[in-house]
Amino acid sequence: MHRFANPSRFLRLSAAILPWSTAACVCLLVVGLYFALVASPPDYQQSETVRIMYVHVPAAWMAMGTYAFLALASATGLIWKHPLADLTAKAAAPIGASFTFIALATGALWGQPTWGTWWVWDARLTSVLILLFLYLGYMALWNAFDDETRAARAAAILALVGIVNLPIIKFSVEWWNTLHQPASVLRIGGPTIDPSMLLPLLLMAGAFLFYFVTILLLRIRLELAGRKLRTVQFNRARASLRGTT
Amino acid sequence: MRTGRRRRDPLGVRAFGTVLARDLRLARRQGGDAGLAVLFFILGTVLVPLGIGPEGALLSRIGAGLLWVMALLAALLSLDRLFQSDWEDGSLDLIVLSPLPLSMTVLAKVTAHWLVTGLPMTLVSPVLAVLLNIPPDQIGLVALTLLLGTPTLSLIGSVGAALTVGARRGGVLLTLLILPLYIPVLIFGAGSVDAAVAGPGAKSHLLMMTAMLLAALPLCPWAAAAALRHALD
Amino acid sequence: MDALNHYLAMGGYWQFVWPAYAIAVVVLVALLVGTLRAVRANEAAVAALDRERPRRRRSARDGELQ
Repeated sequence: MHRFANPSRFLRLSAAILPWSTAACVCLLVVGLYFALVASPPDYQQSETVRIMYVHVPAAWMAMGTYAFLALASATGLIWKHPLADLTAKAAAPIGASFTFIALATGALWGQPTWGTWWVWDARLTSVLILLFLYLGYMALWNAFDDETRAARAAAILALVGIVNLPIIKFSVEWWNTLHQPASVLRIGGPTIDPSMLLPLLLMAGAFLFYFVTILLLRIRLELAGRKLRTVQFNRARASLRGTT
Repeated sequence: MRTGRRRRDPLGVRAFGTVLARDLRLARRQGGDAGLAVLFFILGTVLVPLGIGPEGALLSRIGAGLLWVMALLAALLSLDRLFQSDWEDGSLDLIVLSPLPLSMTVLAKVTAHWLVTGLPMTLVSPVLAVLLNIPPDQIGLVALTLLLGTPTLSLIGSVGAALTVGARRGGVLLTLLILPLYIPVLIFGAGSVDAAVAGPGAKSHLLMMTAMLLAALPLCPWAAAAALRHALD
Repeated sequence: MDALNHYLAMGGYWQFVWPAYAIAVVVLVALLVGTLRAVRANEAAVAALDRERPRRRRSARDGELQ
């Protein structure tokens, strides 16, 4: 694992992966959109609105998966002091927040025709909203310190506290939901999903996954360049300071 | 800090007491913070009927939830000073060096925080409950949930306070970090009154709140101590 | 044309289906474009500093001599 701690080795590896992940994302997206918008049949209950599911559900999956990934990267950074893991976690956060936002917005657009309201305090919707706040807090904590190592460690601990808390939040929200909303919430999808709908769902999920990989690699590059920029500027300032005194 | 003196104190009880007494003394002398939280709790609660109207039925319906939201906000109010002031004047460095395990020190400071915010809020909550027209048989329950819940709020808050030591705009940031983590406490605290009214009884809610307190008791000081150690590196 | 109109109408739910896709596209494209621009800006700045550095070092040494 520490083999990839060397930035130039990582940059070479990411440059090799990047074209493939981009191509995979584009291909899956084109085929997935064709199946999602054209080739799949409308649902017998929800008619055409079911097509929203093909962006909503993959976005929600990615929103949760990215948080798990972020916590894993944070743990790696915290325990093994892996220099790239912190940057990886930092790079993943805006992507996860974007997915979470998409899941919420498309969920509202799906809720209006299906439930007759933009927002219900449904357990799932509420937990995804809280997930968005966790992402925003994580990103804000990264930006709150001048010292990068300090920011990385604080953010990593927050990510771990968040991942421990997330199941408790989810459980309590579900509990709260059953108390306040007796059986008024429609079940989404359900256990049986027709293969004609599963295919576009999986294709779109694949496209989102490779989108994540592509943006993640780009953002790690961004963070590496930013770190180098700060180091060079720091050294320059020190050199000029030595020059004047 | 006189904890550095070599006394026979294997469990750290004396050191724990010293930190606790020091924080309580600071709270009393500085006056502001502690009283402010309770005052905020009272004022905020009083403002709501002025905003939504004095109908008794409406107030008694939302009263418990209202008290809980206000307790949440009031607990946050003084939390950003928990470690920040010690960090600013350098005493945090000495505390970390003291023989008492850092997590125990955190626990002592959290206890002090609860004694000056959570406990007074619990004590005034029956009066506020009367103002909010909460039925007499539920007033005790509201106070009991606050008694069980506010220590958890202080404990979870200590992690956020430790994370934001030395941060820019630490207070606002702390709010953003901690409020999502407070949600389970809020749900079970406010929900127990609903459950008592609706029929199933508040017992399971109270048990859940106890479980959360017992889980937070070792975990939060530990996490906060880890965050503090990183903050001082 | 009718077929296209019928398709775009999405069974009467066009005002929900298309905005949902539009939001997803806008957010994902905005993140992509923002990331690419930031990467370019940062790497260009690093490259510029790298090119500048030898000169800077010399000038710093000059400063020491004075």
